[in-house]
Amino acid sequence: MKKGRFGNYGGQYIPETLMRAVQELEKAYEFYKNDLAFQNELEILLKKYAGRPSLLYYAEKMTRKLGGAKLYLKREDLNHTGSHKINNVLGQVLLAKRMGKTRVIAETGAGQHGVATATAAALMDMECEIFMGKEDTERQALNVFRMELLGAKVHPVTSGTMTLKDAVNETMREWTTRMDDTLYVLGSVMGPHPFPTIVRDFQKVIGKEIKEQIMKTEGKLPDAVIACVGGGSNAMGAFYEFIQEPSVKLIGCEAAGLGVDNPKNAATIANGAVGVFHGMKSYFCQDEYGQIAPVYSISAGLDYPGIGPEHAQLSDTGRAQYVPVTDDEAVNAFEYLSRTEGIIPAVESAHAVAYAMKLAPAMAQEQIIVVNLSGRGDKDVAAIARYKGVALYE
Amino acid sequence: MSKITKAFENRKALITFITGGDPDIETTEKLVPAMAAAGADLIEIGIPFSDPIAEGIVIQEADQRALLGGCTTDMLFAMVARIRQKSGVPLLFMTYLNPIYTYGKERFLTRCAECGIDGLIVPDLPFEEKDELADLCERHGVDLISMIAPTSEERITLIAKEAKGFIYCVSSLGVTGVRSEITTDIGKMVQKVREVTGVPCAVGFGIATPEQAGSMARLSDGVIVGSAIVKLVAKFGKDCVEPVSEYVHSMKKGIDAATK
Repeated sequence: MKKGRFGNYGGQYIPETLMRAVQELEKAYEFYKNDLAFQNELEILLKKYAGRPSLLYYAEKMTRKLGGAKLYLKREDLNHTGSHKINNVLGQVLLAKRMGKTRVIAETGAGQHGVATATAAALMDMECEIFMGKEDTERQALNVFRMELLGAKVHPVTSGTMTLKDAVNETMREWTTRMDDTLYVLGSVMGPHPFPTIVRDFQKVIGKEIKEQIMKTEGKLPDAVIACVGGGSNAMGAFYEFIQEPSVKLIGCEAAGLGVDNPKNAATIANGAVGVFHGMKSYFCQDEYGQIAPVYSISAGLDYPGIGPEHAQLSDTGRAQYVPVTDDEAVNAFEYLSRTEGIIPAVESAHAVAYAMKLAPAMAQEQIIVVNLSGRGDKDVAAIARYKGVALYE
Repeated sequence: MSKITKAFENRKALITFITGGDPDIETTEKLVPAMAAAGADLIEIGIPFSDPIAEGIVIQEADQRALLGGCTTDMLFAMVARIRQKSGVPLLFMTYLNPIYTYGKERFLTRCAECGIDGLIVPDLPFEEKDELADLCERHGVDLISMIAPTSEERITLIAKEAKGFIYCVSSLGVTGVRSEITTDIGKMVQKVREVTGVPCAVGFGIATPEQAGSMARLSDGVIVGSAIVKLVAKFGKDCVEPVSEYVHSMKKGIDAATK
C-alpha cells in the first residue's frame, strides 16, 4: 500500500508549496511517536490536564426505558474543554512545540476544536489563530468569545458557504504563507497524509479505554460502538481499537439535516461520491462536475461535505456501517438524554444517541452498546432553543 | 517537442490566465483570441472550482462568478473547440483534481485531446500524486505541467526530471494574487531546474506590472499573469476585451524591453 493510504483513499493532494510542511510533519511524527519522553509528557497532560481516563457511564434509566441492549456512554464530554478534541490537540500542539514552531493555526466548525487548540496554545505558550466560517461565528458566538479569552485570534471566513469547509480552505491558504514557524493543527481524521493517521493515533485512546473499562465492568466486548461522524475523529478514536474485533459492530452516524432526500444534509457516505478534496481522496458531497456541495446540518461540527479517508475504507470494506440521522432525530435525542440521564450532549453527539435509541430496543438485553458522547452541549443550548422557536439571549 | 515547449523557442513567453465563464462563456471566447493577438504566447483557461485552495481572493471570486453564471466543464470544452477553429495559440486548462476526477479522468483527457487542449495545470496534484494523471496525459498528448515552489529545494531536481511542456515556478509563498515585490531567489530556482532539464521555466504568482514581468523574464523563460487580468475582467465585465488586450500588450512590451 502507498504511503498515507487507506485502500484507495487518503494521499497528499495539496499544492507543491505545502509539500515540505507535510513532509516535515511526517518526519517529526515518525520520530516522536516512538519517543518515550514525548509519549510520557503527552500521557501526563492527558491525565493531569485533560482529565483522562474519561468515564464509561452505564445509562441505566435509558436502558430500562428503551428496553433492549445495555447502553453505556463514553463521557468524552467530561474532558477539559468539553469534548474529545483536546486529546488530539494536546498531541499536535506538543508536537508543534518539539518541532520548534511558535505558532499554531486551526479551523473550527462548532468551535470545539478551536477552543481546544486555543487552550493548548495558551498552556504551551504558542501564538494561536483560528479560522471559522462567519455563519458559524454567529451560531457559536460563545465559543468565539472563549477562544478570544484564551488569547487566540479568530478570523471569520466570508468565502463560499461561510462554514467548516471554507474554514479549512482558509487555514490551508494561511499555512502556505507561513510554514517555518507555524503548524496547522487539523481537527479531524482528514486532510493530507500524515494528518488522518496522526489525529487517529491521538484519538485512539478513546477506544482503548472503552475496551479496558467494559472488560472490567461487563467482562466482555461491546456488541456495538456508535459515534457521530463529520470528518470523523471521535468515531475513528472510538472504533480503532475494535477494528480487529469482528464481533463488535461499528456504526458512524452522519448528519442528514432535513433528510437524505432533501438537499440540506451533510450525509457524505449516503449521498457523496469518491473525489479528491482538502488533500485527500475520499467521499464528498458534490455535483456531477465535481463542485463541492454546500452542505447543511444543525450541528456546525458535522456540517462538512467530506469524511476521513480511513472511514471511507471502513465503509467500502463493510467493517463499519454509516447511517444518516436527521436534525429532528438529533434534537429529540438531545432532549431525551438531558431529561433521562441529566446529561446535555453536544448536538453532534446527539446524532449518535439518536441512532442508539433506535437500535437498542431491537437488541437483546444481554447485549451492550457503547455510545461515544464526543462533547457536551453547553455550546448548543441557544441553537436548540432557536430550533424550538424559543427566543433566548446568551 | 510539444506545442507548449515550442512556444518558448526564441522568445520569452507571456502566459496569461483567465477564469473560464467569467463573466460568461461568450466573453471568455472573445478574450482568448484577443489575448493571443495582443501578445500572449500561451493561454491558461481556469475551469472554475467551488473551493480553489491555491487561489487568492481575486481568482476565488472569479470562480464563484463563473459558477453562479452556470459555467460547466462541458461548456468550456465546447468553447475551446470553437476557439480552435480560429486560433492556434497553445491552450492549457487549469483546474483542481476533483472536477477532473469526477468528470472521469479518461473522459476528461479524451475531451481535452478532441477539442485541442495542449496542457493541464492541477495545483493540488503534487509530484507524489502525479500518477493520477501522468500516463493518461501522455497518452492523449496533453502536457501535465509540474509546479515548483520556494519551499521545493531538493525536490526541484526530482520534479524537473519528469517535467513536460514547461515548469510552473511559483514566485512566492502563499496563494495567487498581486504582490508588490517578489523576494524569492528565482534565479537560483531556475538554475537548479536547468541543471536537470531543458524544459522551459515560467514564473507565476504575483506578477502584475510590465516592470515585474520584465525582471522575471530576465531570470526565467517566461512569465505567467493571472490575478491582474482577472481583476480587469471583474472591473469591466462584458466590456473587458479591450482593456485586457491593452494590458496584455503592455506586459508583452515589458518583457520584450527587458530581454532584448
